[in-house]
Amino acid sequence: MPTAIFGSIEAGAIYALMALGVYLSFRILDFPDLTVDGSFVTGASVAAVMIVGGYNPFLATIAALLAGFAAGCLTGLLHTKGKINALLSGILMMIALYSINLRIMGKSNVPLLSEETAMTKLTEFWQGLGIDQAIQSLTAALGMNFIPKTWGILILMLILALAVKVLIDLFLKTDVGLAIRATGDNETMIRSFSADTDLLKIFGLGISNALVAFSGALVAQYNGFSDVGMGIGMIIIGLASVIIGEAIFGAKTIVRATLAVIGGAILYRIIVTLALRVEFLETGDMKLITAVIVISALILPKIIQQQKEKQRKRRRLLEAKKNQASNAYGKSGEHLAAIKSDS
Amino acid sequence: MLMGKVVNILLQLNQIHKVFNEGTPDEKIALHRINLQLKPGDFMTVIGSNGAGKSTLMNMISGKLIPDMGDVLIDGSDVTLVKEHKRSKLIGRVFQDPMAGTAPSMTIEENLAIAYSRTMTRSLHKGVSKKRRDFFQEKLEMLHLGLENRLSAKVGLLSGGERQALSLLMATFTEPKILLLDEHTAALDPARAELITNLTKEIVETFKLTTLMVTHNMQQALDLGNRLIMMDKAQVIFETNEEQKQKLTVEKLLEEFQKIRGEKMSSDKAVLI
Repeated sequence: MPTAIFGSIEAGAIYALMALGVYLSFRILDFPDLTVDGSFVTGASVAAVMIVGGYNPFLATIAALLAGFAAGCLTGLLHTKGKINALLSGILMMIALYSINLRIMGKSNVPLLSEETAMTKLTEFWQGLGIDQAIQSLTAALGMNFIPKTWGILILMLILALAVKVLIDLFLKTDVGLAIRATGDNETMIRSFSADTDLLKIFGLGISNALVAFSGALVAQYNGFSDVGMGIGMIIIGLASVIIGEAIFGAKTIVRATLAVIGGAILYRIIVTLALRVEFLETGDMKLITAVIVISALILPKIIQQQKEKQRKRRRLLEAKKNQASNAYGKSGEHLAAIKSDS
Repeated sequence: MLMGKVVNILLQLNQIHKVFNEGTPDEKIALHRINLQLKPGDFMTVIGSNGAGKSTLMNMISGKLIPDMGDVLIDGSDVTLVKEHKRSKLIGRVFQDPMAGTAPSMTIEENLAIAYSRTMTRSLHKGVSKKRRDFFQEKLEMLHLGLENRLSAKVGLLSGGERQALSLLMATFTEPKILLLDEHTAALDPARAELITNLTKEIVETFKLTTLMVTHNMQQALDLGNRLIMMDKAQVIFETNEEQKQKLTVEKLLEEFQKIRGEKMSSDKAVLI
């Protein structure tokens, strides 16, 4: 059990990069971008093929990121210059990328298990530091008998996710970043302040899909293969992470929201892992579980909000009644009427 | 005018013509060979019934629409085919809808930073720096609404009047060559409308802005600005200069309209006095 949870946190940190990309398109640009299902695999395939071809895995990962950027820009072009509906331009790119990904890989699955990947290199680097032993002795002292292969991937991937988060936070506060946010918020307004909204959307989608492909490349190296089907439903997983994160950790400011997205991505992995341990559920039920998670994350906050509202009104009404009783000549009667009429 | 002297013209519309839905039964001439010239510092108010072409005129200047015929010149250069977002480096705009001019989920200072970078090429410069924040605070004081103390409040939390005041400041504090006001007080209650009208007067005078304002409110059209035009059926049917405008009253304006058009300006054309 601890091993499963440990693994889901590791995976969650890597998928968090994808979720941050989805956050950029969905929340910041207000653009439901379905390219994600394709660009995630594009990242994985580019990295896998390059690694098998003998390139440095880090270089391969950077190349994957750039490929994702290009895919996102193309979706942006379809939408802004081709005037195709946002959803449709994403779906078109997703379909097109399916074939492109097959072309990149030359087959439907590229195994990486025997290759030197970013993950093996990072593990090697980490074990050289000798921190694992220190953590192990600490956990042993605390009475935990759980010993993972290495803490390196978990810690390094968390650091990576947080670094990307900080970069996004900073970027969204620059002049360009503010303009991108305003494009998602009020397009008329930002155009009247001399911003080329077409360009900003193209660029924004590029960055979003670059992150998604980056995540795809790392997931391929983490799992040890790239598969043409590994992106199916990725957009929903991204969305689930964003929504769960926002519902639980809040999204008042950008800094908080991006942190929430990382939290959401990890939490999503943990929920799925736990769900799959339920006896009657199978691996094939994963997509259904995801859908149920997203639906409840969308509906529950509203119900909770309504309940809170009702309670607040009831409390106010009670207080007003009390005031009325204690102050027979007061004006609380009017007050009460006013409260009643707005409830 | 005919003295042969070169007069510095800031905004010039030459024979602007625009037809909507050309070749269909819904064909409508929106602007019929309009000529217009604004000198630096001019403040022209535009009145007219619904469908007279006022908004189309504004959209021609802002670049939202491109004329079928004619040219638009700003400060001597032909901008007829220059795209809206590029042209808005020169133009400040306030819309009728108080929600249209600001980004609701962003803070007051972030909105101001967006407005601040209107005249420049946006880069990875920090949007709200310490220096800029001080500058924003100083400018917000002009509004007398206390917004200078709420820099990090989200704009969506402000009232309609506050948002429109902020929009007005955002459109003007970078001193655009031309300010376009499109019925910017029409959606506000009378008290708020008066506040915005006064602010408009104050800000236009402070920054000496060349302004074109569309309004349905005749009294406002007379109170503000040094020039006035009346539009009807895609044409400018009446124009006054500075001296004539000072003597003008609402009654005289209505009389003028009847004389020219030979019909009463009906109340359903939303002539508010």
